Amino acid sequence: MTGNSLLSEKPLLEVEDLHVRFHTRTRIVEAVRGVSFSMGREKVGIVGESGSGKTITGRSILRLVRPPGEVRAKRIEFDGIDLLGLSDQEFRRIRGKRITMVMQDPKYSLNPVMKIGKQVMEAYRLHTGASRRQARQKALEMLEAVRIRDPERVFNAYPHEVSGGMGQRIMIAMMLIPEPDLIIADEPTSALDVTVQMQVLAIMDDLVSQRGMGMLFISHDLNLVASFCDRVIIMYAGRIVETCRASELHNARHPYTRGLLASLPRIDAPVAELPVLKRREEWKTDRIDHDLIR
Amino acid sequence: MGESGSGKSTVLRAISGLNPDWSGRITVLGRQQGPKREKAFYKNVQMVFQDPYASLHPRHTVDRVLNEPLDIHGIGDKEERIRAILDDVGLGPSFRFRYPHQLSGGQRQRVAIARALILEPRILLLDEPTSALDVSVQAEILNLLNRLKRERRLTYILVSHDLAVIAHMCERLAVMNAGSIVEEMSVDQLRRAAPEKDYTRQLLQASLGYDRETVRHFTRYD
Repeated sequence: MTGNSLLSEKPLLEVEDLHVRFHTRTRIVEAVRGVSFSMGREKVGIVGESGSGKTITGRSILRLVRPPGEVRAKRIEFDGIDLLGLSDQEFRRIRGKRITMVMQDPKYSLNPVMKIGKQVMEAYRLHTGASRRQARQKALEMLEAVRIRDPERVFNAYPHEVSGGMGQRIMIAMMLIPEPDLIIADEPTSALDVTVQMQVLAIMDDLVSQRGMGMLFISHDLNLVASFCDRVIIMYAGRIVETCRASELHNARHPYTRGLLASLPRIDAPVAELPVLKRREEWKTDRIDHDLIR
Repeated sequence: MGESGSGKSTVLRAISGLNPDWSGRITVLGRQQGPKREKAFYKNVQMVFQDPYASLHPRHTVDRVLNEPLDIHGIGDKEERIRAILDDVGLGPSFRFRYPHQLSGGQRQRVAIARALILEPRILLLDEPTSALDVSVQAEILNLLNRLKRERRLTYILVSHDLAVIAHMCERLAVMNAGSIVEEMSVDQLRRAAPEKDYTRQLLQASLGYDRETVRHFTRYD
């Protein structure tokens, strides 16, 4: 599944000139300033530091930015549907069914007083109207698909009874069960240990490619995105500064991207002192594209 | 180095005296330590914590934060010391009367480092000092820590889950899993990708990035 073969088809998601502002007591914060990109059924990473606007971009697509946040865009189109033109009620048929979102931390995103099985079933029944028995069957299957060893036990457990890695896998199960076309994953593995992180990524990778989904993978981890995604979008100060193939990230040309990569300590290439990023004003306005992501 | 729950932070806390419930032997600067530490111990051993947002009192200015250890240990020339240490951690005098909420994450961690160093300790215990920071800020803090170590001839014990950070900062490392040390080695050995234990090898592979084939061969060690 690479973007290449799909360039001729209609993109799964198109975002054009997205702006998000927050009105605070003292000033207006422009969190996202004119983001445009499109993607097919592939894994696209958005990387950036805290405050770069990557999370808000993901949330804007799903209409999850609340007041005082104000979202404007020329166009947000998903599989031929104009998302901006939908009523809140119509949007609910898309969100959670055709586009789902995996959040960073299972501790805050799972309901602590509801058994896991019930939460997973709820996601399915809400969007398919399946019977309780069908939903239970499907939930157990899905828990197994994310490599939970004893699905029956986990089904009847509360979130505090499982580990962080398992909680994350449960959230992924919940988000995959409606068989969405697009998953927006916001730092889905950042809270996990590296080995568990890799295992969870492998599960998502397999499911995304088997079912032909698109995935927008939001992360601060450049190495991870370079090795996991097909294409990468790099954001700085609310804008896209560079886009490239993930395999080409290490040949990035934008000084911000290069600076970020250089500031990472490396096991195989020791340096006496790490190069420090010297931020420049023009990074707030220029952009380099290495492929047809735009 | 270790994954969450491996016991790495607990070891550090036992050394620092924050965790009194341990058995065995801890010797610091030639002196065997009991569960309680005397005041002189803290003049030689100080700690920097993971989360600079949580380790500074939100209603104390930088000045007050830096005064406290000096007051506790009855040290004079406070003016001079505070000015010098702020310079040394790259903050400068304009930061002296600010509150934590007026500082960025990197600046807060610089204050935490200044607080630890103002007593001129010989050993610094660092518990994931950069894992809450962006990579560009991490580079600045790691450079600062390395310079201070060189100039002040300090000894660091650094706890981290990030092998690349450890490779950059340390000469030797111990890998922990489930409460005990799995393997000790030099950083050179790590750089040559030549750990002896399978557990360490797997950690190293996972740290190098995502690879579908590699993950297929992962085993569980818990």
